[in-house]
Amino acid sequence: MREELITSGRMNVAIDPQLHIWAWEIPFYLFLGGLAAGILFFAALYTLIGKEKEFPSAIEKTPLIVPFLLIIGLGALFLDLNHKLYFWRLYTSINLQSPMSWGAWVLMVVTPVSIIWAALHVKKTFVNWKWPFAWLDVLEVFFSRYKRILAWIMIIYSLILGIYTGILFSAFNARPLWNTSILGPLFLTSGLSTGAAINILMARTQHERHSFSRIDLMLIGIELFLIVHIFMGFLASTQVQIDAAKLFLGGPYTAPFWILVVFFGMVLPGILEFLELKNFKIPIFIPAVLVIVGGLLFRFIWTFAGQSSRWLY
Amino acid sequence: MRYAMAVDTRKCVGCSDCVVACQTENNVPIGYCRDWVVEVVDGTYPQLELEIRSERCNHCDNSPCVRCCPTGASHIEEGGFVIVTHEKCIGCGACIASCPYDARYPHPDGYVDKCTFCLHRVKKGQLPACVATCPTKCMYFGDLDDPSSPVSKVLKTRKFKTLIPEAGTKPELYFLI
Repeated sequence: MREELITSGRMNVAIDPQLHIWAWEIPFYLFLGGLAAGILFFAALYTLIGKEKEFPSAIEKTPLIVPFLLIIGLGALFLDLNHKLYFWRLYTSINLQSPMSWGAWVLMVVTPVSIIWAALHVKKTFVNWKWPFAWLDVLEVFFSRYKRILAWIMIIYSLILGIYTGILFSAFNARPLWNTSILGPLFLTSGLSTGAAINILMARTQHERHSFSRIDLMLIGIELFLIVHIFMGFLASTQVQIDAAKLFLGGPYTAPFWILVVFFGMVLPGILEFLELKNFKIPIFIPAVLVIVGGLLFRFIWTFAGQSSRWLY
Repeated sequence: MRYAMAVDTRKCVGCSDCVVACQTENNVPIGYCRDWVVEVVDGTYPQLELEIRSERCNHCDNSPCVRCCPTGASHIEEGGFVIVTHEKCIGCGACIASCPYDARYPHPDGYVDKCTFCLHRVKKGQLPACVATCPTKCMYFGDLDDPSSPVSKVLKTRKFKTLIPEAGTKPELYFLI
């Protein structure tokens, strides 16, 4: 029997009684970033393979919300900072070993690119749109010549945006639950899945809706595979990771994760999407909304559970 | 030049003078501490074994906190001291999450704070406050690259351990057992 006590009485903010440095702002941003990455990825992909006629919503309509998602996400990140007046320090250096530094610079590229993309396509949805200043018309003409280059930038940077948050978490060896290289791909797949789901909601044609339904079904399958493997990996790893896995296999996060995130966020929408594709009468917004909410809950649960996984005491 | 600290767990009585001395020397805000005392009891009465450790930031050689800092505020000074530059710190908390020893905390002024091995005292040729204050003289501090420093001498003659070496951080705080 071993008893370990901090007898000098430590009760430091954010680390005692257990790590709680990150609250709702971080998982909220993770969700918005993943969703934005998914939307931009599909918009860029279908532009580059020449399917503008088949996927008009994915390319022209859904990306209109991305600048707002990113600005709200950046706002949440800003709120999380404890030394807010110095936030600009993120942009006076780049630290290649810090995924957070990569993310800051990636967002510097993705946010303006998403604004330009939205601006180039806004008139397709809002037909009577008029720019308030003449120079905006000039810019629109200028950027519309470089749409393909923008699409290439978008496809690469959206994938980085979707994966880097998972890599960021996985680089913390102090938090055994996060310290797995599967987390990056898992976050990316989840982000792409929520992007596909919102494209289902915003598509105007049955063809587009069904295409994204099929894509989402495949992404859900990949997500479930990665989740099984993340836990297999933990259970075959060192004691701290076995303990971390136990949080979800009998521990306090078992019910929220497997019921809310896996069943209601992945399995059930997958079944509903499959049945809908087989022409059963299921309103397709149901699985789409379930996937999106499931993605949000997944980020929240993983952020909080990770902070309770540890090496010591 | 590689500074390190050694704490003799057989002489430490858990008085917490090191905790108070550090708080006084470094103006640590009330309610926070940069170092703390851990008592580990093994066995069942009457077969008990007690180990008392005074812990703090380990100023690791392979520090995850320096690696994950997005602005470079967390950096290594000459001698191996892991220090935070207050004006570069954005208070993102990544370093706090990355420390397996829970050595860091967010200072109320916004930046992230922790034990500095009293670099400001070491630069003047003094010992860190905790080492200087210890009533049982169980703490040793010095340059590992100097064979005549107190910490080099004691690590040559005594058995020692570090905390969770398997975490890969290469800590420079040694516990003599």
